[in-house]
Amino acid sequence: MSTTALESAAARRAQAGWRDRLQDWLPRIVLAPSFAIILLFVYGFILWTVYLSFTKSKMMPVYKLAGFDSYERLFAQPSWYMALGNIAIFGILYVGICIALGLLLAILLDQKIRGEGVLRPIYLYPMAVSFIVTGTAWKWFLNPGTGLEKTMQDWGWTSFHFDWLVNTDMAIYTIVIAGVWQAAGFCMAMFLAGLRGIDGEIMKAAQIDGASTYATYRRIVIPALRPVFLSAFIVLTHMAIKSYDLVIALTGGGPGNSTELPSTFMYSYTFTRNQMGVGASSAVIMLMTVAAIIVPYLYSELKEPVR
Amino acid sequence: MFKKMLSVAAATAALLAFQPAAPARAADSVEVLHWWTSGGEAAGLAVLKKTLADQGVEWKDAPVAGGGGSGAMTTLKARMTAGNPPTASQMLGYAILDWAEAGALADLTPIAVANHWDSAIPKAIQKFATYEGKWIAAPVNVHSTNWIWVSKAAMDKVGLPAPTDWDSLIKVMDKAKSLGIIPLAQGGQAWQEATMFDSVVLTTGGADLYKKAMIDLDEGALKSPAMHTAFERMAKLRTYVDPNFPGRDWNLATSMVIKGEALLQVMGDWAKGEFINAKKEPGKDFLCFRFPGTQGVVTFNADQFVFFKHGSAPLDAGATKMATDIETASFQSAFNVIKGSAPARTDVPDTAFDACGKKAMADLKDAVAKNTLLGSSAQGYGVPPAIQNAMYDVITKLFNGQLTVDQAFAEFPKAIAAAK
Repeated sequence: MSTTALESAAARRAQAGWRDRLQDWLPRIVLAPSFAIILLFVYGFILWTVYLSFTKSKMMPVYKLAGFDSYERLFAQPSWYMALGNIAIFGILYVGICIALGLLLAILLDQKIRGEGVLRPIYLYPMAVSFIVTGTAWKWFLNPGTGLEKTMQDWGWTSFHFDWLVNTDMAIYTIVIAGVWQAAGFCMAMFLAGLRGIDGEIMKAAQIDGASTYATYRRIVIPALRPVFLSAFIVLTHMAIKSYDLVIALTGGGPGNSTELPSTFMYSYTFTRNQMGVGASSAVIMLMTVAAIIVPYLYSELKEPVR
Repeated sequence: MFKKMLSVAAATAALLAFQPAAPARAADSVEVLHWWTSGGEAAGLAVLKKTLADQGVEWKDAPVAGGGGSGAMTTLKARMTAGNPPTASQMLGYAILDWAEAGALADLTPIAVANHWDSAIPKAIQKFATYEGKWIAAPVNVHSTNWIWVSKAAMDKVGLPAPTDWDSLIKVMDKAKSLGIIPLAQGGQAWQEATMFDSVVLTTGGADLYKKAMIDLDEGALKSPAMHTAFERMAKLRTYVDPNFPGRDWNLATSMVIKGEALLQVMGDWAKGEFINAKKEPGKDFLCFRFPGTQGVVTFNADQFVFFKHGSAPLDAGATKMATDIETASFQSAFNVIKGSAPARTDVPDTAFDACGKKAMADLKDAVAKNTLLGSSAQGYGVPPAIQNAMYDVITKLFNGQLTVDQAFAEFPKAIAAAK
């Protein structure tokens, strides 16, 4: 009797040990394939691109190093400076307006209004539309011959004039308009979640202390939303830098090359102009730009203790 | 359990053992990468499919849509890098020579010799179909790009004779403008503006200037006063375009001419397909002229098929049949009647072609005889892609008012030099 009890206890212990070990290892086993895939297909190809940027690759990759030749060619291209200027305009306005508009919409929606359940998805839905659809729809809407301008003139407002889409100086702003239309609702959702996370007691305390609504938002609510600002900023910045499909669908980089962005530049040099080396070097510059923004954020996030 | 595993292993082994024994291809087949997906193009390709099917060759379609084939070329690069090329691919201009230089293309010389390609296909096109004395591509057609497509109804309203040189073209367009007709239907994409620029250079300085400046990239020709005039004329043409042209596709510009909203379009002869699709007849509803002042010269863009090496094996039966069929007079005629282009072989009878097609074939023969069949730089038959796109940059910036005539004139040789 006592021996059988001992045996079964030992068996149970062995089983438990096996199960513990499995539990220890399971996450690693499950994650290993995706980890290996990411290592190869993300970081491997980043390194490959960096390598190619130091070669004179034309149509197909060549592996003979050529120093900074591609970078010199890149920075001799007027359209690259056009692309850099445009990404600055687009990035600043897109991120800035999205955050401002998202915050405003979130604050308005947070006033415990009726019909919030209906309004919220209406603002959020543009996010569900692909950039190609957004771009094409806005192209029709903004084209003076088919869209807004023509409609207004047909309705009798004959002096109405809105030709940004076909104006080389203003076309980049139409991309901002379409981009903001798409992403502002998403920002709103982020801020709304942030607002719902603020302790109502603090707001009440501020009210009792006699703070005005404006002061409450400026001094309490907005500072409390700091992490949301940071997330929104990071998400929008990388969307701005990699935006490609929106430009292709909306303006095709034109009129002229007035809406060229680094992403469209990179694609055309790598794949249609057979200057893969220059394309790769522009991709590396883009990566460094993204890294310059993301790394400080990661650094600050990792330094902060986990709450 | 063990038994089950054993049986699975045995089955796998049997499969593996069986595989090499099975023939690599049950029947002859060709896998063809192309971008002929729109109505008229697909109908043209169906002719080839049917011809091959009658010979027992199975056609495996690998279409990648997208005008100009940039998407298809990206796909091809990926497949080549992966070591899995298709049997054949549609290809244009310098890309053919680049792939030949990379050693990827199969030698078609035996087929070419047997079928007398050399005497039938113009030398200017052979430049892009041969590499180091070997045939590496089978040309299907010759599109010429120095055409204007004119609305008959609008032309009747204008009431002037057909333009034959630059000045009469301007006169006709001025008259149309005064009548409230858009004189020039233009699609605002760089390649379309560059296609028009090819013709403007031709009419300004003739075949000689075009060849020196746009193909040989001769510094002296690029900086000559005639090129300055060409840029001035380009800026002048800008004044005849409606304000909504940026980003417009070429076929939308063609439909403006079809509807009679616009007088004319400068475009390659693929535009004819749009007229035919809209049930319009040449001579009755629309007119085709050479770009005024360029009669006697043809700038071309030729679609070709290349075949890929598969290891060291010789070209297989399916590919051989396909290459042979492409260069038969019956296919060249049937295909090009539908596609709107002229046959790549100059010995094909023109009986099946419409008025514009007959003119295209006659002009082609004429240009071959005069040695004025020139590659279109805008279409990748004049200069390599890097330089072609550098030209696009300057031309489109001028046409969209980002550069003045003087700036464009100064920028053009610089941009070309930077892309070399």
